Amino acid sequence: MIALLQRDLKLAIRAGGGFGLGLAFFLIVVVLVPFGVGSDSGLLAAIAPGILWVGALLACLLSLDRIFALDHEDGSLDLLATAPIPLEGAVAMKAAAHWVTTGLPLTLAAPGLGLLLNLPASGYGWLAASLALGTPALSMIGSFGAALTVGLKRGGLLLSLLVLPLYVPTLIFGAEAVARGIDGRDTGTPLLMLAAITLAATALLPFAAAAAIRINLR
Amino acid sequence: MELVVTDLACARGGVPVLEGVDFTLVAGQALMLRGPNGIGKTTLLRTLAGLQPPLAGSVSAPTESIAYAAHADGLKATLTVTENLTFWARIFGQTDIAPAIEAFDLADLAGRPAQNLSAGQKRRLGLARLLVTGRPIWMLDEPTVSLDAASVAQFGRAVARHLDRGGAALIATHIDLGFEAGVLDVSAFRARPRRIDSFDEAFA
Repeated sequence: MIALLQRDLKLAIRAGGGFGLGLAFFLIVVVLVPFGVGSDSGLLAAIAPGILWVGALLACLLSLDRIFALDHEDGSLDLLATAPIPLEGAVAMKAAAHWVTTGLPLTLAAPGLGLLLNLPASGYGWLAASLALGTPALSMIGSFGAALTVGLKRGGLLLSLLVLPLYVPTLIFGAEAVARGIDGRDTGTPLLMLAAITLAATALLPFAAAAAIRINLR
Repeated sequence: MELVVTDLACARGGVPVLEGVDFTLVAGQALMLRGPNGIGKTTLLRTLAGLQPPLAGSVSAPTESIAYAAHADGLKATLTVTENLTFWARIFGQTDIAPAIEAFDLADLAGRPAQNLSAGQKRRLGLARLLVTGRPIWMLDEPTVSLDAASVAQFGRAVARHLDRGGAALIATHIDLGFEAGVLDVSAFRARPRRIDSFDEAFA
């Protein structure tokens, strides 16, 4: 299974693999917001946690349909399904590869982009922490959505419609943790909820996603 | 390794295509699947490989003993020949890819990305993957598509060697591969049209 993780990472960084695409998208979204809402630094500081989280979420969404669709097109998914590694493990590895190529760079870049939105100084640590806890859930939930739409031609839009509502709890608790951190209030509850969502998604969704893939391969 | 298929029925898209499929494949034997287009050769192979559940009947060999090769080769365009083979070898718990490289004459292409290979070279790489699975029963769906005469002969020799070592092969093909093989005409098992009562439309 490590072989699968390594292959997916290698594919992501080779030409056309889409590495950095999500990050560039995130950057552009965050840069566009001040143009849209104006340069009032108080207003920007107030909406920064929400904008950064929504941006991270959309950037994550961008590369979701590649998780299984490419493997389905070239026949690798059929072969993986008949391979000795459990399909549940393969799903978990592909979600992990997705997180390393999107969620992790987003987490690392977000504090830098917080500067563009005048994020108060006390928020940077909480932003990084909440993204680090929350983005694995985004990749995991996303791969479940990708598994559901794997056989569909141009399933990307349907995938977004399926997955975005499932991202709502992560978004609420993520943005809430940052907002509370800025105000100096207790961030324990939202961070614990984020961690709980990530752990539950990691524990349950590989099984659901593998079942969906098996049905789609029939 | 023996494969005994008893009274197998399989469906494609919710429509039964084959029923009452009975045959035995013993170690060292190859069986050619014959039959017109659309009769259900691919469906039968996918069912035996465990990619879809049969409607009825049983397959004696566990799916862990079957290496399946479909129309698509499962190659990644940006990985080189060696990287593609090494990946599948590791997935199947093998380490040595040299015999596979040699059997399909891929040594000169080893460092090339798969996207720069010709269709026939890609097919050879796809077939070389079978050798790194280490599995005894090969299920091949039209393996000779886009291969030239020399490559077909090369492939025939690879299958013959696999059979000599106690392997078995079930091959859907329309051409002669140049070794002793039984023939299984699938048209004999064509499913009679009938009503299905428990058809789950959502998962068709």
